Amino acid sequence: MPQGDYIELHRKRHGYRLDHFERKRKKEAREVHKRSEYAQKALGIKGKMFAKKRYAEKAQMKKTLAMHEESSTRRKVDDDVHEGAVPAYLLDRENTTRAKVLSNTIKQKRKEKAGKWEVPLPKVRPVAEDEMFKVIRTGKRKTKQWKRMITKATFVGPGFTRKPPKYERFIRPSGLRFSKAHVTHPELKCTFNLEIIGVKKNPNGPMYTSLGVMTKGTVIEVNVSELGLVTPAGKVVWGKYAQVTNDPENDGCINAVLLV
Amino acid sequence: MEVEEEQRETTTNKVMCLLTDPEGTPLGAPVYLPQNAGPQQLQQMVNKLLNNEEKLPYAFYVSDQELLVPLGTYLEKNKVSVEKVLSIIYQPQAVFRIRSVNRCSATIAGHTEAVLSVAFSPDGQHLASGSGDTTVRLWDLNTQTPQFTCTGHRNWVLCIAWSPDGKHLVSGSKAGELQCWDPQTGKPSGNPLMGHKKWITGISWEPVHLNAPCRRFVSASKDGDARIWDISLKKCVICLSGHTLAVTCVKWGGDGVIYTGSQDCTIKVWETTQGKLIKELKGHGHWINSLALSTEYVLRTGAFDHTGKKYSSPEEMKRVALERYNKMKGNGPERLVSGSDDFTMFLWEPFVSKHPKTRMTGHQQLVNHVYFSPDGQWVASASFDKSVKLWNGATGQFIAAFRGHVGPVYQISWSADSRLLLSGSKDSTLKVWDIRTRKLKQDLPGHADEVYAVDWSPDGEKVASGGKDRVLKLWMG
Repeated sequence: MPQGDYIELHRKRHGYRLDHFERKRKKEAREVHKRSEYAQKALGIKGKMFAKKRYAEKAQMKKTLAMHEESSTRRKVDDDVHEGAVPAYLLDRENTTRAKVLSNTIKQKRKEKAGKWEVPLPKVRPVAEDEMFKVIRTGKRKTKQWKRMITKATFVGPGFTRKPPKYERFIRPSGLRFSKAHVTHPELKCTFNLEIIGVKKNPNGPMYTSLGVMTKGTVIEVNVSELGLVTPAGKVVWGKYAQVTNDPENDGCINAVLLV
Repeated sequence: MEVEEEQRETTTNKVMCLLTDPEGTPLGAPVYLPQNAGPQQLQQMVNKLLNNEEKLPYAFYVSDQELLVPLGTYLEKNKVSVEKVLSIIYQPQAVFRIRSVNRCSATIAGHTEAVLSVAFSPDGQHLASGSGDTTVRLWDLNTQTPQFTCTGHRNWVLCIAWSPDGKHLVSGSKAGELQCWDPQTGKPSGNPLMGHKKWITGISWEPVHLNAPCRRFVSASKDGDARIWDISLKKCVICLSGHTLAVTCVKWGGDGVIYTGSQDCTIKVWETTQGKLIKELKGHGHWINSLALSTEYVLRTGAFDHTGKKYSSPEEMKRVALERYNKMKGNGPERLVSGSDDFTMFLWEPFVSKHPKTRMTGHQQLVNHVYFSPDGQWVASASFDKSVKLWNGATGQFIAAFRGHVGPVYQISWSADSRLLLSGSKDSTLKVWDIRTRKLKQDLPGHADEVYAVDWSPDGEKVASGGKDRVLKLWMG
């Protein structure tokens, strides 16, 4: 017969030891301390395995405790007064832009840490002239080298007409001309595709500003009428400055951040 | 000499005209009128034919266009034939004229969260506002300062409603409870009324001409039912359940029926003694956001009108209110307009048919608020497509669009004489529109954030607006 059965048989015949239950209780009480000693002393792979098992046990225990705690309260849930009160007609609607500001604080904190929304870009890598311009050789023997082609993104404006080709010194290729920019509002965290009104300042020099060249760090003016912004005096705002944040000639688009 | 006289005679040609009232009944027989007759002469004629004691002002419309010039110029401009009888519809205008508001007289801070609803009492003496900080505040209009702060709600106060006799104020909150306040002391009169399981979307009182003093009101909630409560018994007497989704809007009609509009695209008409469903009006394709009754303004103001007369006994109030109601209603049935998320509105005559009379299309975004003018002549609708549209109140025909806002228009309010319309929008401005010229009358900037609630006082003196920037602004002329 198996060993456990002998023990049981003896217990049935003669009963328990007189101090059996007390000893059992005290031994179980000591288990906790023994466990803790083992957890602290165990080294190496044994320690790691035990720690993993213990962590899983703890997480499970926390969950069950939380569950029990929930059922003990009889009051209705969601009794807290939230922020961002809206009237009854807006309650079931998702107001995308505003809701994002109020509820995505975590996203905002992460972005702030990464410093992605630092505006304006304080330091900009200077662009050398030979990087900006490409020398175009013209003339019958291709010896004249007074023409330059701009290799960066430019903005020309809607009423732009080229100078007569014989006299134009700076060539702005139409493939690198942009009229719209992807402008991000730093607080609403939404990006809009807005028309460019003009180039305000290029940090590399006034000549580039007058040519309309847009490199990283350039301040441009964009048409914000679709955002529906209103000044405190009640006038509608339709133009705002934005700063370019990418290299448009590499990406094929202009990304900018609105300066508020 | 004779030639000259002849020439003079031929220049004053005559045209055959027939004056009709807005419902179509002609006033007397067709008459020959000289072509140099203008609106003033026509007004004198109408006053004489109707045997009016005082000279009441009228506006004249020929084929839905207002007649502002003498008949002759009108005929020439529109090339109308002189051989046919010209039908001129006359509309009584309000005797009093409300001045447009153009300046912010006070910016009162007090609420610690956004102001969600603003309402003047029917006599125009008190102003109450409900806010997201769970309080209802009463404001003193003479000194333009806070008067009472009523605490007691557990969550945002979404709706407030004054009783038509001005004695009670009820507010509903996001926790589904309603609380009745005494406007003289600012204290709650009784415990909160519980019963709804989700937030309150609208409150409407029983008209004073049906029952005076005012005792019952109906509240609508997101949980899909509307409940009729009695203030003196302090409990819910009837529960109107039937809607499958949230009830967004509820109105107590002048004939003793209750209209409820819901997110399940239907409007249900209930009778009030037993709470039985009378009719169901189907037709919309999406949520119903707002309902408007043609007699709504009269039901809201009860026995009070622009003269500011005070009444001593409830019976007198009931009698006067009944007179005003019957005058306003006229012979036609009560009209109902519903604005919906499907970008259209329907004009219904619930007592005539369960099919809509007209479908009013034209908005490019959802219609948030519809409101009949106090004389029932026009309907205005505010929509999220940044425009406010004006429609004919009797036929539902489109008349004009008011553009100017740069953000969704949230709420509108009429002046008591139906000549001016006020709109508040997400772009933080309020705009006053003139109905006669169909243009912007006044732009009222000043709020720092979205404007959630606007109200024009029934005596026409003040406008109150509140919004997300937590201040209450009072505007005066």
